[in-house]
Order: sequence, then structure tokens, then C-alpha cells
Amino acid sequence: MHELSVCQALIEQVERVARDNDALRVVSIVITVGPLSGVEPQLLEHAYPLAAAGTIAENASLVVETVPVTVRCRTCGAETEASPNRLVCGACGDWQADVTGGEEMILKRVEIETEPAGVH
Amino acid sequence: MCRDCGCSLGPSATRAPLATPKGVAGKIETIEVITAILGENDRVAAHNREHFDGHGVLALNLMSSPGAGKTALLEATIRALGGRMKIAVVEGDLATENDAERIRACGVPAVQISTGNACHLDATMVHDAVHDLPLAGLDILFIENVGNLVCPASFDLGQHRNITLLSVPEGDDKPAKYPVMFRAADLSLITKTDLLAYITEFSLERARASLRQIGFGGETIELTSRGGDGFAAWLAWLEREVEAQRERSRRGETARPRVQPDGESLHAGHGATR
Repeated sequence: MHELSVCQALIEQVERVARDNDALRVVSIVITVGPLSGVEPQLLEHAYPLAAAGTIAENASLVVETVPVTVRCRTCGAETEASPNRLVCGACGDWQADVTGGEEMILKRVEIETEPAGVH
Repeated sequence: MCRDCGCSLGPSATRAPLATPKGVAGKIETIEVITAILGENDRVAAHNREHFDGHGVLALNLMSSPGAGKTALLEATIRALGGRMKIAVVEGDLATENDAERIRACGVPAVQISTGNACHLDATMVHDAVHDLPLAGLDILFIENVGNLVCPASFDLGQHRNITLLSVPEGDDKPAKYPVMFRAADLSLITKTDLLAYITEFSLERARASLRQIGFGGETIELTSRGGDGFAAWLAWLEREVEAQRERSRRGETARPRVQPDGESLHAGHGATR
């Protein structure tokens, strides 16, 4: 269960973004997570409120975008989807395939409130 | 209406921070970030790697399930190479100092990181531990990660190579069950092969096929820490890697594990780290 550590690192990144942009609060956080990153989206969502408590992102919603594992075949050149424990070419079945997607663990977007409601 | 946030409550509400009720938003901005979530860990890991390179030390990260034989392998390796090479060990464990004591009994320095309830080592823990170790003159720094086939794979520590251990009693399908971990290896060791005679369900061929299917592209060595051809091949691999690291250090170059946690690849892509 290293997802809490990952969430704490995520909150630190979000706090920096919020500070740099004079945020009053963080409204939402969008991250991209691939199956080969080693973190489980559901466990991230469970751990997130613990890491966010007492921070500027306390009430922010966490949006976890998942992406599929994709591989490019060294033999036939096809780019296909694959499962994490079967990284073989979906077209010709060759196991000499390079991973082209699915390793992501990225903070993509932060939505912040910079002025309180009702001032304009 | 409240002057501070425009809500319909009286002045008392203005004392609370974030007084904007949910659903009533002020000015919202969207900031596109695109950064590695573990970017800070990656930065410390890069710093560790520079530190190792500066001393010409080869840093190896050992990962496996608990009980796969990491400490026994290190004990046997130190006994075999201790006369020729200077070795030190960073030990990661949840609670005890037992493994570090076993290593110290072999006559090499060991620092124990007790992670408490943390299931993995991260770059900062290794950084702090290495401060207690004399790196000058060292050939190999082994980092024995917490026994766990999931979490350690996501954290770069600054190591040059990843080594995974799969012991015969665990079963030959372990790579298929834990693909992220086994794919991260540069060298895959199948350990406790002296038990193959008793655990006939384990097929070396199936284990190798399982590794191939998860895209593992490194070397595989089958061995028992009690000695023999496989163990000799492991020692030869270590000697090759130590020589390669010395050569890289002379040229001011470095090496990273073949498969990187995502942060490293992002950084490499943007030239943020060396």
C-alpha cells in the first residue's frame, strides 16, 4: 500500500502549483495512471483524502484517468493494446514488443479558485 | 450578504477559511501541469546516483518477496568477493535490525533502514542511510529493498541496476502475477534451485517463459546461494558490472535501470536531469 506515499507526493506537487498561482483553494486534480506504474487507481482514491486533509487541496476532487497498456512490435511494427502480464504483440503474437504506453503516473491538470465567488 | 465571499450567511461565516460553499465557485483557473507525481523522489534519486558515480560505486537494488533469499545471497556474495571487493549494504526492513546484523557479521558495513509501516524504500531514505556509510573506496553498494513484490518497483532510489529474485518455492508463475516488479529488473535471479529436486511443480522453462511474456529483456541466472555454476555466473555478472561502472565513472557517465519508473522517463524527455 504505497499509494499513500504517492498521494503525499501528489499533494506536495499540487501545493506548489497552488502557491505559484496564488490559489485560494484547489477545486480538482486530474492525474493519469497506467497499469504498469505499479499503483492502483482505487487505492489512490482511498488514500487521497488522508493525504489531502488540512491542505489547500482538502476539498478538491481527484480525477484518475487510466490509460491502457500499449506495445509496438519489433517484428511487424503494429501498435496494439496488451495486458500487463502479457506484453506481446496483439497482431502477430511476437514477444519482442516495446511498451509505448501504460507506465504513466502523471499530474496532468489542477483546477484552482483564484478569486472568491461574488467579487465580480 | 457577506462581503468577503458573497455567501448569504452572516459575518460569522467570514472567519472560516475556504468559506465558499461547495458548488458556489469564484474565479476558476485551469493549470496544465504534466509532471511526474514522484518528481521529488526522482530528483533525490538523481542526486544519489551522482553521489555514487562520484565515488565510482556500483549501486544495486535487490527486490523480491520476503524470504526469497536476498540476505542469504548477500552473505554468500560477501564471503566469495569480500577479499577482492569492498562492499557495503543498505538494508530495508519494516521492523528489525536482524538483516543488518547478519551482514555485519560477514565483516562489511551495513545500515538498517527501519521503514516502520512503509512497504518500500524511497530515494530520501537511501540518501539519509548512505550518509552513514563511507562510500570512498567502495566497489558495490547493495540496497536490499523491503521484501514486497509490488511497492518498491515504483520508486527510483538512484541505483544503476535492478535485480529481482524469484525463489523456487514461490512458483514459476510469479512474474505473471507481479509483472510491474519483474519487468523492472535488469537481472532476474531464480534462487534456491537446490530445492528443484523436491519442488517438482516448478519448471525453469515456464519461469523463463513467464518472464518473456512480461517483456523482461535482461539476463536470467538460476542459482543457489550454497554455490555452484549459477552462483559463479552471478559473481561474474557482478565483476562485469563493477568494471563497467568504473569505466563510466572515469568518463563522467552514468547508467540507469533499463525500465524506469515514469518520472525518470519524463525527466529524461525534458532534459531536466542528466
